[in-house]
Amino acid sequence: MHGPDISWYVVLAALLFATGALGVMLRRNPLIILLSVEIMLNSANLLLIAFARLHGQADGQIFAISVMAVAASEVVVGLGLIVAMGRRHVELDVDKLRTLRG
Amino acid sequence: MANFLVWVVWCVAAFACLASALAVVSFSNPFYSALSLIGNLASLAVLFLLLSGEFVAAGQVLVYGGAVMVMFLFVIAYLGDRTDESPWSGGPSWQIVGAVLAGGAILAEVCVVVGLKAAGFLSSPHHVTRSFGSPEAIGRLFLTDHLIAFEVTSIVLLVAAVGGVVLGSHARRIEGDART
Repeated sequence: MHGPDISWYVVLAALLFATGALGVMLRRNPLIILLSVEIMLNSANLLLIAFARLHGQADGQIFAISVMAVAASEVVVGLGLIVAMGRRHVELDVDKLRTLRG
Repeated sequence: MANFLVWVVWCVAAFACLASALAVVSFSNPFYSALSLIGNLASLAVLFLLLSGEFVAAGQVLVYGGAVMVMFLFVIAYLGDRTDESPWSGGPSWQIVGAVLAGGAILAEVCVVVGLKAAGFLSSPHHVTRSFGSPEAIGRLFLTDHLIAFEVTSIVLLVAAVGGVVLGSHARRIEGDART
């Protein structure tokens, strides 16, 4: 295998995951929290594919594709909630959504 | 020479990946955040190609960079310009300190584990054939060894589509009630 070995990918994925986690914990706009969750899911995908390459078996890539489908579903539901909030003219701020009553 | 070129491509892709991830987290306008997430996904696709995951890289660009991000941009455009919030959390400062400490702890744990235990193990990847990660190999695995995962994925997507429709119709009914 040319180029960097798998430990470089692991460190890069850890950096990406920490960045996404910081975004989830620090930001208040639900749209940006969803985008940060995407970063975290993608760092996990990078690890899955890196370890699939390490072991020479493509099962990790199958798992990564399943994670992609789950991420797409999560985006659909999350954006649906955000659009519902926007239609009710609720302020887009997760700190102010203390109750989830319908 | 090939080794050097792969290192150059890896460094550029990794730097672009980290820089765009930081940009996603720190832009105050969600539109710019979504645009920089597209850059993040594209540079991750380059890294997937370096790990010989051709099909996953193509799927990443098509599904994420195409479909999901278009959906994000539509919703951001629909909700309009609401960038009056400050870019960072307005909570007490111990929240920010705690969040930074937690992020640093995740990072330190992974680096220590990789450095202490797994470095030798991680540096000797298996040799793979040229067909590794090709659409044919992935499709064969999906329809033989991982058929249940394939079917469960389709059910998850169906449930998400139904959930999106239900959320949308519910919101429309409430909007109609408010108008009458």
